[in-house]
Amino acid sequence: MKNTVLALSLLFAAPMAQACETFTIGDISVEHAWSRASIGTDRPGVLYLEITNNGTTDDALTGLTTPAASMPMLHETVVTDGIASMPHAASVPVPAGQTVVLSPGGFHGMLMGLTNVLKEGETFPITLTFEQAGSLDVSVDVLSMRVEAAACDDAK
Amino acid sequence: MRLRHIQIGLWIMAGLAALAYGALILRPQMNAQTQETTFQPAFSLADSAGQLRTTDEFAGKFQLVFFGFTNCPDVCPATLSEMAQVMDDLGDAAAKVQPIFISIDPERDRRLGIDSFTQAFHPEILGLAGDIEATQAAAESFRIFFAREDAPNAAGGYTMSHSSALYLIGPKGDWLRQYDYGTPATEILFDLNTRL
Repeated sequence: MKNTVLALSLLFAAPMAQACETFTIGDISVEHAWSRASIGTDRPGVLYLEITNNGTTDDALTGLTTPAASMPMLHETVVTDGIASMPHAASVPVPAGQTVVLSPGGFHGMLMGLTNVLKEGETFPITLTFEQAGSLDVSVDVLSMRVEAAACDDAK
Repeated sequence: MRLRHIQIGLWIMAGLAALAYGALILRPQMNAQTQETTFQPAFSLADSAGQLRTTDEFAGKFQLVFFGFTNCPDVCPATLSEMAQVMDDLGDAAAKVQPIFISIDPERDRRLGIDSFTQAFHPEILGLAGDIEATQAAAESFRIFFAREDAPNAAGGYTMSHSSALYLIGPKGDWLRQYDYGTPATEILFDLNTRL
């Protein structure tokens, strides 16, 4: 048991440093930006992160651009009566004073047309466009295929 | 005295009505239960080597089955991660459980490679991608739903919607239960351990 705990903490030690970095523009701050390692470049990659709006004006994430993918888009997984579908989302609302999480089973970035294999332990840049706050460059950590959340001390 | 007879009569009628009502509401439930315990899903689908694999092969084992597609960036990796976690945490008891991933987008998944996907999560997960008819038949026998949806914004111009639960099949081939999408690996593990 002790060994397992040790092995797990070593496993998460490397990515922990960066996924927990916070990026800020105006009232908007973004943290826990992560993606899963990809198998080749034929299948779409994914983007998860947390956006906090510290201001008093509602904002929205409206777009993504990254050198890592030719067609990055916002999607939302919707499970209705046990059936999952994944409609395209024109934008992700970030209401004033709230934190919105892009996480497995909800809003996420879908990175189609990967330019390179996403390798565990690497990072790639992505530019997030907000309706009010403008553009914000964020660094995304590529974690293992098996990870289900960013491994930060302060993550829930 | 007459009033008393009427009173008794009314009580008897009330009692009969309660019994009849009880029978009415209990009956459909009992039927549903017997149906559920007797249903046995079945599949006959090709693995990555093109070999036909059937449910019978896994008699004696529990089967943990997920229907999905490998081009799915969110729900499918999340669920296969949980499946993999459950297999790791089962320890020696893992030998009694066969995890299975059935593609509901089999043509594309055969082209992309089904094994490269399942192996990235866990070496024990068996990936199956049969032809369209066999896939439809498997889905019907599990009583699940999938559909192709045109989506100009998706890779290849389409995406798939699908039942997103994990299904547990018992050693005798009976459908035992489903774990809804998002059920934590620890809960699945706990439930499995009570059965193994």
